[in-house]
Amino acid sequence: MITAPFDYVRADSVDHAVQLLGTHGEDAKLLAGGHSLLPLMKLRLATPSVLIDVGRLAELSYVRDGGDHVAIGALTSHHDVATSDMVATDVPLLRRVAGQIGDPQVRHLGTIGGSVVHGDPASDMPAAMLALRATFVTVGPGGQREHSVDGFFTGFLETAIGADEVLTEIRVPKVPMAGWSFQKFQRRAQDWAVVGVACVRNDTVGIGLVNMGSTSLRATAVEDALGSGASIADAAALADEGTEPVDDLNASPEYRRHLAHVLVRRALEEASR
Amino acid sequence: MTAVMGTVMGTSLRRKEDPRLLTGEARFVDDLVLPGARWLAMVRSPEAHARITAIDATAALDTPGVEAVLTGKELREAWTQPMPCAWPVTDDMKNPVHFPVAVDEACYVGDIVAVVVASSRYAARDGAEAVDVTYERLPAVVDLEDALSDRVLVHEGLGTNRSYTWTLAPDPPAVDRAFAGAAHTVRARYVQQRLIPEAMEPRGVAVVPQPVGGEIVLYSSTQIPHILRVMVGLTLGIPEQKVRIIAPAVGGGFGSKLNVYAEELIAVALARRLGGPVRWTEERRENAVATIQGRGQIQDIELAADADGKVTAVRVQILADMGAYLQLVTPGIPLLGAFLYHGVYAIPAYSFECTGVFTTKTPTDAYRGAGRPEASYAIERAMDEMAHEIGLAPDEIRRRNYIQPEQFPYASPAGLTFDSGDYEPTLDRALELVGYEGIRKEQADRRASGSTRHLGVGMATYVEMCGLAPSRVLASLNYVAGGWESATVRLLPTGKAQVVSGTTPHGQGHETCWSMIVADKFGIDPDDVEVLHSDTAVSPLGLDTYGSRSLAVGGVAVELAAQKVLDKARLIAAHQMEANEDDLEFVGGAFQVKGSPASAVPIQALAFEAFTAHNLPDGMEPNLAEQVTFDPPNFVFPFGTHAAVVEVDEETGEIRLLDYAAVDDCGNQVNPMIVAGQLHGGIVQGIAQALWEEAVYDEDGQLLNATLVDYLVPTAAELPNFKLDHTVTPSPTNSLGVKGVGEAGTIGSAPTIINAVVDALSHLGIRDVTMPATPQRVWKLIEEAKAR
Repeated sequence: MITAPFDYVRADSVDHAVQLLGTHGEDAKLLAGGHSLLPLMKLRLATPSVLIDVGRLAELSYVRDGGDHVAIGALTSHHDVATSDMVATDVPLLRRVAGQIGDPQVRHLGTIGGSVVHGDPASDMPAAMLALRATFVTVGPGGQREHSVDGFFTGFLETAIGADEVLTEIRVPKVPMAGWSFQKFQRRAQDWAVVGVACVRNDTVGIGLVNMGSTSLRATAVEDALGSGASIADAAALADEGTEPVDDLNASPEYRRHLAHVLVRRALEEASR
Repeated sequence: MTAVMGTVMGTSLRRKEDPRLLTGEARFVDDLVLPGARWLAMVRSPEAHARITAIDATAALDTPGVEAVLTGKELREAWTQPMPCAWPVTDDMKNPVHFPVAVDEACYVGDIVAVVVASSRYAARDGAEAVDVTYERLPAVVDLEDALSDRVLVHEGLGTNRSYTWTLAPDPPAVDRAFAGAAHTVRARYVQQRLIPEAMEPRGVAVVPQPVGGEIVLYSSTQIPHILRVMVGLTLGIPEQKVRIIAPAVGGGFGSKLNVYAEELIAVALARRLGGPVRWTEERRENAVATIQGRGQIQDIELAADADGKVTAVRVQILADMGAYLQLVTPGIPLLGAFLYHGVYAIPAYSFECTGVFTTKTPTDAYRGAGRPEASYAIERAMDEMAHEIGLAPDEIRRRNYIQPEQFPYASPAGLTFDSGDYEPTLDRALELVGYEGIRKEQADRRASGSTRHLGVGMATYVEMCGLAPSRVLASLNYVAGGWESATVRLLPTGKAQVVSGTTPHGQGHETCWSMIVADKFGIDPDDVEVLHSDTAVSPLGLDTYGSRSLAVGGVAVELAAQKVLDKARLIAAHQMEANEDDLEFVGGAFQVKGSPASAVPIQALAFEAFTAHNLPDGMEPNLAEQVTFDPPNFVFPFGTHAAVVEVDEETGEIRLLDYAAVDDCGNQVNPMIVAGQLHGGIVQGIAQALWEEAVYDEDGQLLNATLVDYLVPTAAELPNFKLDHTVTPSPTNSLGVKGVGEAGTIGSAPTIINAVVDALSHLGIRDVTMPATPQRVWKLIEEAKAR
């Protein structure tokens, strides 16, 4: 529970953070809320030589009206997302997801941006981003760019963000009238989901799967089947298509596939009410 | 014998301990400021079983701050004896030689193979990482029956993995006759999975050699400073009187700190060698393998019953997992349950046998309930099984078999004398609290409607033996120490009281409860009572806190010592009032001539008189200070019934605990709030075994869930509000009429939960669920049942 030695620098601005990333290279890690990174370091599963602390960049903590989307600063805490009136009105699914992450301490320190760029397939936020078809804004040496959520989660704890880039904003399309559901199957309230399903349904449907493979996944087969007019039950039976769930103490791959079927069906039923 | 509860006793006085715990003022071992102390880090075997062929410390010694790396060979001369096992349960018990640091062979993951000494905890940790140990891997043996086959030997030199076989069979032919003539029999196998105690504070040790006089002060997060002092003296060859043990604030133990640990001995040895203070704080992940684990049994139980459902015999055989070595009381833990496999039932024929088996895993030892939760689980699960076999409701079979109130004191078939009990009212009340009839109706409705959310209700009535223990009984069980407890009560010149207790609280609230006992005795404010404990220089006599013994043995000692003080004060009062002592009464903190308040002399005034000694009866010694050592004449036998309502989701296997009621009887309650607190925690630990917790080892002997992310300790969020109630059946064997309550909740709750889960699924043909009843496990059982 004691980390390997590391250096610590604090970034004064986004540009400073980008510059520090350039200086320290691959061995540096950005530190935001620290609720994913620090536990890994304490177990010595992560041993970055430098931590670049962006946690105090207050300018990246906000929830703003972006017109057709809600713009959320990358350093907005899960608590602030969960208690935002705008999020509650325009993206109620996101409020529910943010409000169930970890425990109150985690939600007050952990950030939405940290959760997204950590790219943990067991985390809820990336799957919610898939369901909501969010867009991510990053800043790097070459300036600002936007990433679609599809294709962003490239591997286990890996994303399309460059090693010298900083995530600054998350843009979530407003879906005030859509049906939605978040099904989190977990052993204890504070745990990662054994399997989770985030679902938004209006004229189209978006379904993100938690912990069904090495990355957060879109349940493409289910979305396509529903688009072709399949019943909820028939579509939900495709929930594990294209997934490669892990085997761990909580669940075998077989059990996870089964849970995906059940939870996607329940999510669609709830979102269709 | 039963004392009337006083004006303070019996109330939910707020705990005196809590302000300093809540404000962070309390000091745990890791909080101690010890300038110049060196830090230790343990290099632990990553292999379950391996020969240590080489240890290269070069890189570790190059780590900044690292001063030394010591191997088992280098430290071998420090020990005058191997690590102690105080409970050789049979004369031929096999006990492998066990040194604090392994010399040639590591026998479990976590076995210490070298010690790093450094100037800071960080340097020590980095140094430990840099020690290069070469292991020659030996086969691991994890499964108990596999171990019993001796296919792989944990200790080659012993020639067997069987440590001992201990039998309690007063009349084997009677058992055989009962089974031969039985109308019904059931036979079941239950597995008590290994549990990690997970005290909130991991262990910690700090050793400070005194600059003059040669005394060694050992601070340890321990439950047993007094026993530890003896063992440190013996294993290190230090005169006992030169060892002072202090257990500062201790953040829980649950039995896991009822031990003598390698790190304590290593720290003392190195402090002496280096001539200065050394310290070590256990890491959380380290705690999972370095601190003892609990349970670890396979239980085969058989019941015989007549046509009316009266159970006539119980026959039990268990295999108990010792782990790789025998720690302080490892072999005796199953014996604490050995007498209780007939539970609360008048079962005349009894047979019990336990075989202790070595495996290449962390040693087991005492964990909340220690043997008794296992016994309660087996008999309460088997009674449900028998009810099913006969076609009786689970409450009905219990009612037909309870030991009846008029049978107390009850001579049990296992040879104990149960002090007092009245079981059926606790069942009635527990069922009332969960709305038993209504639940049964809703269960039937749901089943009729084809619901996939199955309702179940379960119950268990438990009894346990605690208040460890009559010293002569411990002698008959080959335990090497006694079971008495010591207390000193002093009434100081200003009328304040001081209690010195041999019990050593680590969360229980002894300071509050002992203050309440003394406050009532003297008619003074509980805040005017100070309780001193957990430092062998302040409290040299004691046998510490475990086995739900503190109140029933130590608290009674406090009461008896206070009574002696009061008796002496009465003599002083009579002398000064020139009255006959029999004509005095003690009312509201003062002695007075009966019926004459005007004559009252307050206890504080008598305390001052005893101090000045100006006018005492001829021959009386000054001061009011009395010491009592109480050796209990018997165990105490608390009991109760718990009931639970669960809902099982057929589609996912998820179990939701909807309702939980516990009706417990621990005799007179000194502080009902503290009783409720003990029950809440105990109940959760039993529910945790039923639904969440298990130390999972793979076939190579690797612990797969050493972190609190993977080892699932439940939180308040997973649990309903408990409905607690109680009955009061005082124990006739002590002056307070009290029984222990520290382990009761744990003993009642695991079988209650599993009985409820099985009840929910019984219509699917499911008769048992192995603990922990995880969603995946339950889902699989349902799938298999459907496929049949």
